[in-house]
Amino acid sequence: MNKLLNWVDERLPVVDAWNKHVGKYYAPKNFNMWYFFGSLAMLVLVNQLITGIWLTMSYNPTAEGAFASVEYIMRDVEWGWLLRYLHSTGASAFFVVVYLHMFRGLMYGSYQKPRELIWLFGMLIYLVLMAEAFMGYLLPWGQMSYWGAQVIVNLFGAIPVIGDDLSLWIRGDYLISGITLNRFFALHVVALPIVLLGLVVLHILALHEVGSNNPDGIDIKKNKDENGIPKDGIPFHPYYTVHDLLGVGVFFFIFFIVVFFFPEMGGLFLEKPNFEPANALKTPDHIAPVWYFTPFYAMLRAVTVDLFGLDAKFWGVVVMGAAIAILFVLPWLDRSPVRSMRYKGWLSKIALAIFAVSFVILGYLGIVPATEGRTTVAQILTTLYFLYFILMPFYTRMEKTKPVPERVTG
Amino acid sequence: MRKLIIGLFIAILPALGLAAAPSVTLDTMEPDHTNKESLQRGAALFTNYCMGCHSMEYARYMRVAEDLGIPDDIYEENLIFTGAKIGELMKNAMNKDMAADWFGAPPPDLTLESRLRGEDWIYSYLRGFYKDESRPMGVNNVVFENVGMPHVLVGLQGLCAVEPRIGEGASVDPLSGDVRNADSCPEWETEGSMSPEEFNRAMYDLTNFMSYMGDPVKVERERLGMFVLIFVAIFFIFAYLLNREYWKDVH
Repeated sequence: MNKLLNWVDERLPVVDAWNKHVGKYYAPKNFNMWYFFGSLAMLVLVNQLITGIWLTMSYNPTAEGAFASVEYIMRDVEWGWLLRYLHSTGASAFFVVVYLHMFRGLMYGSYQKPRELIWLFGMLIYLVLMAEAFMGYLLPWGQMSYWGAQVIVNLFGAIPVIGDDLSLWIRGDYLISGITLNRFFALHVVALPIVLLGLVVLHILALHEVGSNNPDGIDIKKNKDENGIPKDGIPFHPYYTVHDLLGVGVFFFIFFIVVFFFPEMGGLFLEKPNFEPANALKTPDHIAPVWYFTPFYAMLRAVTVDLFGLDAKFWGVVVMGAAIAILFVLPWLDRSPVRSMRYKGWLSKIALAIFAVSFVILGYLGIVPATEGRTTVAQILTTLYFLYFILMPFYTRMEKTKPVPERVTG
Repeated sequence: MRKLIIGLFIAILPALGLAAAPSVTLDTMEPDHTNKESLQRGAALFTNYCMGCHSMEYARYMRVAEDLGIPDDIYEENLIFTGAKIGELMKNAMNKDMAADWFGAPPPDLTLESRLRGEDWIYSYLRGFYKDESRPMGVNNVVFENVGMPHVLVGLQGLCAVEPRIGEGASVDPLSGDVRNADSCPEWETEGSMSPEEFNRAMYDLTNFMSYMGDPVKVERERLGMFVLIFVAIFFIFAYLLNREYWKDVH
């Protein structure tokens, strides 16, 4: 065994790679439960890839056969129902985990220098993940798949001059059709997963280059012992591999409750209208995207005024795009001398709390049908969402921060 | 344990604010996929009264026979009218274009109706027909306004002369002890071969069958789910102990 390892190692740096990324990767010893979500995102990614591959074996990517083939998987394919529920629940779980992972970053300033690139790669992952989820949702070819895609692709039509041609180019047809389904299938199962995996590798390589942040936001590399090992660091393996198993256990428990007992999650993960085949001649009463898009959908609907001779819908798209784009520049908006929320002042704490609450309520507002009152609330919350970022350079510098300790705390 | 988990989830569901308020109040119907007698009666009703127009084309006869405990030969003899083999999909002979001419829209496939509309809706709809001469079929439905479907079960239920009271459960008058609204229809145009209670039970069976058809793996899924959760719980105990052992040397 050792001989084989040596043989390989002389030709491929496996031992080196293992040590750099796992065995001698020193992570801060004070990770708390917020640090589970990175590895859980990896776990869900693997789940999506494996179940996805098996689903493709029985899925039929045509407008004529897609809906029936999903029911074929659910009824006739051995364990097909389990594969499908793992995949559909996994899609939602992915966003749950990623949103919590991002919130962790916001809380502990994990995007700050020198981790800007990690944040940027992470944001790209988020972007690709949204595209991946959106295209995947068309594949069952149910009513909500169809009309959700119709609404989202039509958003591109709001762009002046090129809009109509652009949405036509995306659909490949004058309305969502089998042509759209085929290309979304290609992108969903081949193109985007490759991009996603590449970005995940970059995200992790960048992380391992600069080292992990921690709840105190302290640079553990400043305090090294005589061997050059950070005093507050512990090797990722075995300490965090066994530690992450705990997170996996808790996650799986909740995940499997949904998979086995509530696969539709009350219409949140699998929407009811999607149990009816796509019908271009029949619009559902209420079209709502899946829950993980609804905060942005609420922002889109919140814009109701025409401006500079351009449609409100266009400005809605601009606001929605800006809401995601502004996350990219976050590392340069935070001017605080400290990273972690633990040592930032109360302004930052309140701002983050308002931001998180706004995002959640916007998510709710995007699910329910719009009324006048709800639109007003959405407008206020959209403003608050943006103020969190726009005012960040000011409140992070104005506020009084607490002194950061030399070594990590508990 | 399972009840506890389900209970916990039901407790948090309203907090998620999902349930868009239905436009009409419905009667509640709790499906029970373990009640095979009910499912068998429902299958018989569906095959005899519904399947001429409504297919269940995503499901196979064989699966139904197996899940409901009906021997293949008995099933083939009594519950397949199209001459199909037992391994085939549950289609019917109705031409969709012609059906659209007859009813305004072709009768939809009902395999997934229970997941699209819910059991409460189906149970209420089946009992919601009443006489309305202004409609082409002479009937209307309180749950589905201006429905194109005729009252197929009129021979069993009879025809209600006025709008039946769906969504108002039976109650006992505290003073007189009389049962109110035991029969959802206050005034009958014609009587059916079943009493209102018999008809309600029959519609429970039919709805139960449609609920099973929408989600045939439910019983097996929940049974397996318990084992999976137990496994994960045991896994967690070992992971916890392993983690504790390793982390002893971290100070």
